[in-house]
Amino acid sequence: MSAPLLSVEHLSKSYGGVKAVQDVSFSLDRGELLVLIGPNGAGKSTCFNMLNGQVKAESGTIRIDGRDTTRLDPRRVWKLGVGRTFQITATFASMSVRENVQVGLLARHGALARMVGFAGRAHTKEADQLLELVGMREAAERPSGELAYGDLKRLELAVALSNEPSLLLMDEPTAGMAPTDRVELMRLAAEIARSRRIGILFTEHDMDVVFEHADRIMVLDRGQIIATGTPQSVRQDPKVRAVYLGEGHLYRPAPAGAAA
Amino acid sequence: MDFLAVQFLTGLAGASSLFLVASGLSIIFGVTRIVNFAHGAFYMLGAYIAYSLTERWSGALGFWGGLIAAALAVAVIGALVEIVLLRRIYRAPELFQLLATFGVTLVVQDLSVIIWGPEDLVGRRAPGFRHSVEILGQSVPSYDLLLIALGPLVLASIWLLFHRTRFGVLVRAATQDRDMVAALGVNQRWLFTGVFALGVFLAALGGALQLPRDAVSHTMDLRIIVEVFVVVVIGGLGSVGGAYLAALLVSELNAFGILIMPTISLVVVFLVMAIVLVVRPHGLFGKPEGPPRATPNALIRPWRPFSRNEQIAVAIAVLAAALLPLVAGSYVLSVGTEIFIVALFAASLQLIMSAGGIASFGHAAYFGLGAYGAALAAKSLALPFPAALAAGVALGAAGAAIFGWFCVRLSGVYFAMLTLAFAQIAWSIAFQWTSVTGGDNGLLGIWPPSWAANPAVFYWIALGLAVFGVAAIRAITFSPFGYALRAVRDSALRAESIGIGRRGVQWTAFVVAGAFAALAGAMFAYLKGSVFPDNLGIPLSVDGLVMVLLGGVETVSGAVVGAIVYRALSIVLMSQTDYSKLVLGLFIVTLVVAFPRGIVGSLQGLVPRLRGRAAAPMGHTALRPAE
Repeated sequence: MSAPLLSVEHLSKSYGGVKAVQDVSFSLDRGELLVLIGPNGAGKSTCFNMLNGQVKAESGTIRIDGRDTTRLDPRRVWKLGVGRTFQITATFASMSVRENVQVGLLARHGALARMVGFAGRAHTKEADQLLELVGMREAAERPSGELAYGDLKRLELAVALSNEPSLLLMDEPTAGMAPTDRVELMRLAAEIARSRRIGILFTEHDMDVVFEHADRIMVLDRGQIIATGTPQSVRQDPKVRAVYLGEGHLYRPAPAGAAA
Repeated sequence: MDFLAVQFLTGLAGASSLFLVASGLSIIFGVTRIVNFAHGAFYMLGAYIAYSLTERWSGALGFWGGLIAAALAVAVIGALVEIVLLRRIYRAPELFQLLATFGVTLVVQDLSVIIWGPEDLVGRRAPGFRHSVEILGQSVPSYDLLLIALGPLVLASIWLLFHRTRFGVLVRAATQDRDMVAALGVNQRWLFTGVFALGVFLAALGGALQLPRDAVSHTMDLRIIVEVFVVVVIGGLGSVGGAYLAALLVSELNAFGILIMPTISLVVVFLVMAIVLVVRPHGLFGKPEGPPRATPNALIRPWRPFSRNEQIAVAIAVLAAALLPLVAGSYVLSVGTEIFIVALFAASLQLIMSAGGIASFGHAAYFGLGAYGAALAAKSLALPFPAALAAGVALGAAGAAIFGWFCVRLSGVYFAMLTLAFAQIAWSIAFQWTSVTGGDNGLLGIWPPSWAANPAVFYWIALGLAVFGVAAIRAITFSPFGYALRAVRDSALRAESIGIGRRGVQWTAFVVAGAFAALAGAMFAYLKGSVFPDNLGIPLSVDGLVMVLLGGVETVSGAVVGAIVYRALSIVLMSQTDYSKLVLGLFIVTLVVAFPRGIVGSLQGLVPRLRGRAAAPMGHTALRPAE
């Protein structure tokens, strides 16, 4: 494989006078779990929203599988095999858990314009397999509007996976989750990345959560990448420590696998 | 050339009242997020009360005192309406607020007939402004010049009020973020009441100022509200400056539009509005709306197709209806036929409202286009009955395709206002384009061929088409497309990220709904044997909304039940009272406040409770993290 799955070069975006993202470059391969961390306001979400076309980049290029997607809108980006989850969960609240995934699958098969046939019976098996994968099989019949927060996140993951994505973007997937759920979701994402050969890009602002499972970590501060590397090397980086300690975050260099 | 200058001044003078009413609407919307449909009613009340004060009790207050007193009196009425009614529905979806304030409009219409009589009233001229002034050799009423000066004066006063007083600062703060203002300890209830009263005062003053220019009539409320909606859509809701500019623009377009296209002058305004919306979807000075509010106390019960038992029940009901001609006379059959037609109309509206989450306030436009399409095809082209029905459907769908293309660029209340404005434009075309539509006289003599002329046969045809239509709409709701439509409603963000485009999906649904409404309209033309502009009027659009609401906006086809109950009730009511609008208005207000979930919705909520089965009725709003 010549080109990396995702390659980002010199990406920039500013809002008014604020340079939210400045000259960011990185790449991501299949089967790799890359985590973008940084304190609040570092530009993670902006960076992210540019990757799937939600926000238009000012300059720089984004290539997915070698194809320039910088100017494409979110629908086109989805069609190229990119799935994403949102920081604030966005599911179809009036539908059951399974129906949420079925909509994703119907979209995948380009069938959502059809006015005949019963959507509730379409791709049931595939939907249940995906729900099984994220541990939501039992909840398939439940209205998604009444799910607990952690379950909503898993459902989002299943919907994103319904596209059989080669690249999965997850914006702070563990925000607001209970500590045990966080670790579990991380583990799940890492497993999916490896078993399905999907490149996964996470954002996260808590370092502790990501050390265990990330292949590489990229630290963003004030719109710029200040460090990239393995969890080990990033952890040692004095600039990273400055950002985090300076911000008052509690930083534990311990191998505390169960991030409490 | 001189003539044009005078025409320009006339336009400027007309802009002042329009600006007063529109700025009032805009200010109220900015703070309370309510689009006050009753604004036209308050405008009309201002004119009527000013008439009484200046005619009968002119001694104490004088003419000008009378105008101000009238506006103040209406402001008090407005404050009462706010306290009694609106306070209960601030958290409800826009649709409920628009409907409730429309109910108020109906009540005011009948009350004003009771108080002031059905005749138009001509007020006296303003003292000191009875004469004309020569400008460029043409005479211009001096009162027009006064109005022209008044517009900027009021704009400046509002600016001073908003920037130099504590009340104004609070209003501006609440316009930006009302929850934050509440958190800072401001008594929101009275702020809202004050703002509402201020807005109503401006509307009533606008009405009172028309007294020396124009006769006071019962149609002035709907006439102004449509223009005001156009003004705020162009200027941007919540922007007073935008309202002023747009009022000038619309007034001048009206003044000159008459010169360019005397018969269909509204089309000019419509074209300009369309251009503005394409370039700036939220108006010249408007800001994008926040995400629409979630349905309140929504019992999130995923929709299901009918179970076996329910299918049997529906089949029995249809069979029973089909057997009616064996026992009933022709009057009952024509009532039954009408109910089927109306049920199909309501079901088509429900598709975009319930599954699509977009409330059209002008759905009658497509019903009426269907009726006119069928009538014209039958009369001008001499097409046979089925072909004429098809022609009606084609015209309705084409109208929905064109209007819908603009409408789906907007959402929430902008969408509602734009659909209303389009429906009004369709109405005025039908009303003014006499050579084709017959204008007020309508098109007559549209009868079914002899094989379908028997009331029983026509009844069966209507029943068959209604069953077909409702079944098709249900099938679409449960089809992949229906799911896409609901996905867009539930979360446009998520839908887009999995490749579903909001506009395309909503536009398609709009056209489909328009086509079914047109089928109902075409049948209606053949039932009545005639078509009138009323067939695409606002009252019919609102009837549709009430039927959906009555059936339950959270249901798949509750509208059918709503239509049957509502139509039967109104036929009974019409024969019992002269004040049907009063009764209907009170009915709508009660429905919105007391039964927001409708008949079918309430029954569905009742069944699990009766069975003692706790169906975990948790509203999704409580479980979502804050936006």
